[in-house]
Amino acid sequence: MSDDHVYLTLAEGHEDDTRWAYGTGFEDPLHGVDTTVPEGVDAGALAADCVALADDALVSAQRLAEWVTRAPELEEEVALANIGLDLLGQARLLYSRAGQVDGTGRDEDAYAYFRDADDFRNVRLAELPGGDFAFAVVRLLVLSSWRLAHFRRLEAHPDPVLAAVAAKGVKELTYHRQYAAEWCVRLGDGTDESHRRMRAALDEVAPYLGELHTAYDVRDEVADDLRQVTEAAGLTLPVYRPLPGSGRAGEHTEHLAPLLTELQGIARAHPEATW
Amino acid sequence: MVTGTPTPLDAARRARRVAEQVPDPELPMLTLADLGVLRDVEVGEDGTVVAGLTPTYSGCPAMAEMRADVAARLREAGYARVEIRTVLDPPWTSDWITEAGRRKLAEHGIAPPGAAPRGGPVPLVLSPTRPAVPCPRCGSADTEETSRFAATSCKALWRCRACREPFEYVKEI
Repeated sequence: MSDDHVYLTLAEGHEDDTRWAYGTGFEDPLHGVDTTVPEGVDAGALAADCVALADDALVSAQRLAEWVTRAPELEEEVALANIGLDLLGQARLLYSRAGQVDGTGRDEDAYAYFRDADDFRNVRLAELPGGDFAFAVVRLLVLSSWRLAHFRRLEAHPDPVLAAVAAKGVKELTYHRQYAAEWCVRLGDGTDESHRRMRAALDEVAPYLGELHTAYDVRDEVADDLRQVTEAAGLTLPVYRPLPGSGRAGEHTEHLAPLLTELQGIARAHPEATW
Repeated sequence: MVTGTPTPLDAARRARRVAEQVPDPELPMLTLADLGVLRDVEVGEDGTVVAGLTPTYSGCPAMAEMRADVAARLREAGYARVEIRTVLDPPWTSDWITEAGRRKLAEHGIAPPGAAPRGGPVPLVLSPTRPAVPCPRCGSADTEETSRFAATSCKALWRCRACREPFEYVKEI
């Protein structure tokens, strides 16, 4: 035992599976899962799909975590943090799967912490800055509705790992969408001020909707959800012209790089650190 | 009273019994078997115990803890070689919480989940009414949700209008 530094003392000298604090000692979230890629599955395409879906989740989780200590009420802070945690869990599983199948053997941290903005494939809606609570719930409604519809298709994916991650995610995303939808109705159908902010949030989100229809065409499902919520909230989805470019092709707004700087700073400053 | 020679349990049953008794790190009144996250325990010909665990939620931070606890308990019980596998398919459902588990949750002031929604399309429902969760303390159905999310992924926050107590509720998933 070294006694010159309390944290060094805590981090060393343990046998087997003993750890010094709850939540430390992260290991491969796919530990013990059969990693075989089924015949007929294009490993490169599978890895790219996993990375894109993981990037959406990681970047969204980071934006959601920014609400911690800033949400209007403690309950909403807990809710947004929990939703972010679910997405972070999905990201970990998907990055791990990507590393298994793309031939590089990279672990989840290599994808999350050691790629630059140009290498990220998340949709741009996920990376837009936080804005107000109205924007947070409108964005969450759109992204969770889209991801839910997408994951429902992926439940039938020929790769059993991706299919299992999707099947799990469907249950979680159903809760996320429900939470966001209820807040959208409450705010849209609330005071003049909350209604005005909801309209502004929809205006901000609308140009990014066109980017959401890539791998699977789930336009109808997402449109149905948005129509149902906006009607109940006394709002209309504005007509928009989709922005050119796509985060799926590595084209991002100026907001992604600063987000990653914060997310990756410690890991890059201490690349050999473990936690 | 049991008399006579005890029937020797085979290795797998004994290992399973050890693993079943491991408490959940976040709901310590439940064992991992009560919670339904312990999936299978097998003993290979070389004596290796292989235990399967399934996460409740994708981001559940307790998974590493559960894995470590099960491995440690099995080693303490004399199994030198232990392997813990993550089982992703089929995904965990709150329906797997056993009857004993539900009883223990209620005894500790946590409302157990109702029946989980079955697979198939997942419609968005905006109707204001949600099935009432009976208060685990006084049994009243006059309760309301205060937050859909709580201190752990698997729970929501409710309160009872009759006895005024706040309580947690394990969500159906």
